[in-house]
Amino acid sequence: MGELPAFLIPKMNYLVYVLLMLVGFYGVAIKKNYLKKIIGLNILQTSVILFFISVGAKQGASLPILFHHHGHHIAARDYINPLPHVLMLTAIVVAVATLGVALAMTIRIYKEFGTMEEDKVCAMMSESDEPILMQEPGAQKDNSLKGGRYG
Amino acid sequence: MRWILIFTLLAGLLIYGVLGFPYWGDPKSPAATHVSDYYIEQTMADTSVPNVVTAVLADYRGYDTMFETIVIFTSGLVCIVLLAKTRKTVPTSRVYRHVPTGITLRIEKGGKLPDDSDVFERIDSVWVPHDLVIRTTCRIVIPFIQVFALYVIAHGHHSPGGGFQGGVIFGASLVLYAIGFNLRALLGRMTRKIIMLIAALGVLVYAGLGLSCILFQGNYLDYSVLAPVFGTDPVVARSHGILIVEIGVGIAVMAVMVILYTSLSSAGRYDEGL
Repeated sequence: MGELPAFLIPKMNYLVYVLLMLVGFYGVAIKKNYLKKIIGLNILQTSVILFFISVGAKQGASLPILFHHHGHHIAARDYINPLPHVLMLTAIVVAVATLGVALAMTIRIYKEFGTMEEDKVCAMMSESDEPILMQEPGAQKDNSLKGGRYG
Repeated sequence: MRWILIFTLLAGLLIYGVLGFPYWGDPKSPAATHVSDYYIEQTMADTSVPNVVTAVLADYRGYDTMFETIVIFTSGLVCIVLLAKTRKTVPTSRVYRHVPTGITLRIEKGGKLPDDSDVFERIDSVWVPHDLVIRTTCRIVIPFIQVFALYVIAHGHHSPGGGFQGGVIFGASLVLYAIGFNLRALLGRMTRKIIMLIAALGVLVYAGLGLSCILFQGNYLDYSVLAPVFGTDPVVARSHGILIVEIGVGIAVMAVMVILYTSLSSAGRYDEGL
């Protein structure tokens, strides 16, 4: 692997963010397994977090907790930008919440269809035009057997 | 291959965009010049909170954080609704352990055993920790984790921390309890209904504080009008308002973490799992 061009070196963080975003997008768009899609989604979220934190950085600045002794002058150049940190602080917790919802939906799909592969689920759904819950009892039983522990 | 083409295009587009960015850590970048300077220089005068992140989170951007909390609360709600049982299932076999001898009994569908028996204890059918070390360690460590979580919430004004972080740490201590003992031990102490009520209470503390500001003829979430209640000047009243908001966020996040763990690990049965 050759050396990076000189004009790209101060933008290493952004290149890593592009790489992570492509990996995440690959996972979400191409992978057929729902669990792998969720992992891809999390990598995508991580790339956005890295991007925002990189935007907030400032050369020679400290973290945004102010020295507040009497007479101490507060200059904006001494502290990094607090706003991206605030946004990402909530984004991380919301990422956990969306992960929980996504996993719940996956468990639900696994209970109904007995598989987590997207193409198989789509094939099963297109087989019968009627709603999934109204299948004949035989097929229902078959699915619940395949469902293993959650069946 | 269509996908390779799309990915090459996307990568080229993103890298082309990166070329136009300011250098990493540039103090004169657009993001670090306008509102960021105001936050850093005026936070002490406006709210008397040294941690700028906390002040921006709970005061300047109070609406954002409130709806963020509601998003988290909703995700806990959705988790319970999605995994709720649609039809009544027949109870499968249960596994009990005879405590004095350590013999394991499997009770099949028809069999019955009283739940409050002293000599038999219910154990998980999948994974059975019979480990004194794990339980003793959990019993010692969990109180310290919880005290640390409360410290992180309460000290968010002066050090990195706040409601989200402290709430997650507190929720993690309860999840550790559920892993070290079992899910029924946690749900025996706080049932699903109580956890859900606690989560709603957290959101209510946040929204209620905003409403009480209206009662004192201020704007929604403008804590400075609460100064007569706290008995301080308006600037310090903002600091107290931020603390109450952080406590509300912490309660909601803690409860939702427990909801997510208990629903997902037991796949909606709240009986046994992991």
